Amino acid sequence: MATAPKSTHIGGGDGPKDAAGLTKDLIVTAILCLAIFGPIVGLKTVTVSGALVLDHRWTLVALLTAVTVGGRFLIHMYNMSKTESVAPAKAAKPSKADSPLAKFVSPILLLVAIMLPFLASFTGDRERQIMDMAILIITYIMLGWGLNIVVGLAGLLDLGYVAFYAVGAYTYALLATVYLPLWFGDGILPWAFFITLPIAGILAALWGVILGFPVLRLRGDYLAIVTLAFGEIIRVVLLNWVDFTGGPAGIGNIPRPSFFGIPFSADEGGFAAAFGLEHKPIYRIIYLYYIILVLALITNFVTLRLRKLPVGRAWEALREDEIACRSLGINTTNTKLTAFAIGAMFGGFAGSFFATRQGFVSPESFVFMESAIILAIVVLGGLGSQIGVVFASIAIIGAFELFRQLDFLKAIMPEGFDPGQFRMIAVGTAMVLIMRWKPRGFVTRREPSVYLKEKKAVSTEFVTEGHG
Amino acid sequence: MEYFLQQLINGVTLGSIYGLIAIGYTMVYGIIGMINFAHGDVFMIGGFVSLIAIVALGLTGGSGMFLIILALVLVVIIAMIIASAFNWTIEKVAYRPLRGSFRLAPLISAIGMSIILQEFVRIAQDARPKPLQPIVTGGHVLMERALEQGEFVVRLSNMQIFIIITTLVLMLIFTAIITRTPLGRAQRSCEQDMKMASLLGIDVNRTISITFVMGAALAAVAGMMFFLYYGVTDFFVGFVAGVKAFTAAVLGGIGSIPGAMLGGLIIGLIEVFWSAYFSVEYKDVAAFAMLAAVLIFLPQGLLGKPEVEKV
Repeated sequence: MATAPKSTHIGGGDGPKDAAGLTKDLIVTAILCLAIFGPIVGLKTVTVSGALVLDHRWTLVALLTAVTVGGRFLIHMYNMSKTESVAPAKAAKPSKADSPLAKFVSPILLLVAIMLPFLASFTGDRERQIMDMAILIITYIMLGWGLNIVVGLAGLLDLGYVAFYAVGAYTYALLATVYLPLWFGDGILPWAFFITLPIAGILAALWGVILGFPVLRLRGDYLAIVTLAFGEIIRVVLLNWVDFTGGPAGIGNIPRPSFFGIPFSADEGGFAAAFGLEHKPIYRIIYLYYIILVLALITNFVTLRLRKLPVGRAWEALREDEIACRSLGINTTNTKLTAFAIGAMFGGFAGSFFATRQGFVSPESFVFMESAIILAIVVLGGLGSQIGVVFASIAIIGAFELFRQLDFLKAIMPEGFDPGQFRMIAVGTAMVLIMRWKPRGFVTRREPSVYLKEKKAVSTEFVTEGHG
Repeated sequence: MEYFLQQLINGVTLGSIYGLIAIGYTMVYGIIGMINFAHGDVFMIGGFVSLIAIVALGLTGGSGMFLIILALVLVVIIAMIIASAFNWTIEKVAYRPLRGSFRLAPLISAIGMSIILQEFVRIAQDARPKPLQPIVTGGHVLMERALEQGEFVVRLSNMQIFIIITTLVLMLIFTAIITRTPLGRAQRSCEQDMKMASLLGIDVNRTISITFVMGAALAAVAGMMFFLYYGVTDFFVGFVAGVKAFTAAVLGGIGSIPGAMLGGLIIGLIEVFWSAYFSVEYKDVAAFAMLAAVLIFLPQGLLGKPEVEKV
């Protein structure tokens, strides 16, 4: 594979050198924009009394083209002004001094996370909203950490991670609504979540092994497609095996978790009565919040510890260079399999939590886009970086919420404009842009797992990758 | 027997379409060694542009035979140009800057691109499936047999003839380009050794761009035929069709162009026969399971060369 010289240009590649080249480039851009936006944006097909007719939107096409050409012009101007100065040589030695801030980021975040329910209670009406949001973000953080083991540490691109999430969710849903009451009677229900949680994890891990065992011998990109296919297979089966999974209708009335056997209800034996408090629905939300926080922290803790074990080192070695790994006597198949199974297990845990929080599961929740969002979180945060996943989750899930609430945009844009529509296109764009400009993600600094005498932060430039 | 024959015809038709998409995957993989994940969506764009062009031309099934053929040629040329513009831009924006980056980078970027294309069409054209009255109508009855509940007719529709002939013609043109022209020679040399090819004066970047354009043009034809065959399209058709076509490319041996066509036919036949004799719901599962099975037991494919991993 030819290696292009690393360019400091924003646009990458060779920019135009003079005015004539610039004009030519901009004209080509304009023509391409017209070809790309012209038919798809300019001619909208609408159904009028059963027949398709076209709706013209040429002003929009002109606007989009103008914006793109203008943007490209600015990028070129920026690059041309930059080429005069020689690009500074990249720092040749590892930066030893961490910024003092970096050391405190994790503890502060943890503290905020633990205190959040108290902080949120001061916001009054918005308390419920904030807590729901926090639960959602932490669920994605947990999924991100789980996938980080597979993608970030072991370097296996898994596009079907949501399948394990689904396995966990359906395990809890089916056990709690059908099988546990059938086998042990209704008395077990308050404990269903804690009984099912390990089972869900084990089942998800088992699926990880079942899938992984045959396919992990494949190269990286084949593996990606097979895991994608696997995710779709699970979804199609959930959709069509109506007797078992309820098909498209899903499974409803999934029992909520109880506080170690005490339900969150308003009556005598409820949580509020037992602790002498006034009954409020928010207690259940706060409890759920702490469950997912603890689960996520366990995921993080286990990952950090595993990285210090031989298997964790083998994962990272595998990511950097598979051939070298094999030459050094590491059993690559087993190493990949453990990464896959452990990642899947945490996906299963998160799935169980998802089921109990929603009280309802259906195949709709486990589409490929969900896998893509989790992958985007890992990629944006920086492959292999734990804290990066946290920031990326907050950024992406927060941005989704922001898109929904951008009411002022609705006011200035033509009617029928819904900013919420643009959230997935933003995720896709972010993935492309990150790969172009910061392929290691936003948090590029990485703690080495193994070090001699003193810890040195490894900056991105030194993390070379195997092309095996 | 009649039922079998009918399914065979349907399978070959579907397989031709998959084969045309698979060529795009296999060529790109052969040259730069990456899965162009967005290729299925370029196929979808081809279908959508055809739909828009057909509506814009006001083409209906009632027009004369000659007029329909002429209009469809025009439609397919428009679709090819637009889809090529898309794929050319994608390569330039999302893949070229990543050459020489780490292993997973182009793949992640391609997934991002695929999401962008799908969402772009969904936002611009809304998510509802777009139906169209059949344009190429009529057909030939090959066989008839009276059954208790009526008669079973084996039918070869004009649309199916159109698809199979178009595919054959395109395959011939395409094989000629690859084997006979300087461009094809440049492509084959890049496939063998990109660095050496560039040392020998081949413009590698240009060759790769042209490969993407050719793949997109074939996918656009496939997109138009797929849309005309089923009479409906939406923004999501490219995803499943793309995975199936990729399966076809792998089955035939990735990098091998006759292999892609053969793989496409086999996948089409498997899908149609599975739907006909087992269950329609699980036809995608059959195709996806086939992908896993091929990769495990026959990773080099039917016509591919075994891959030697070099350090």
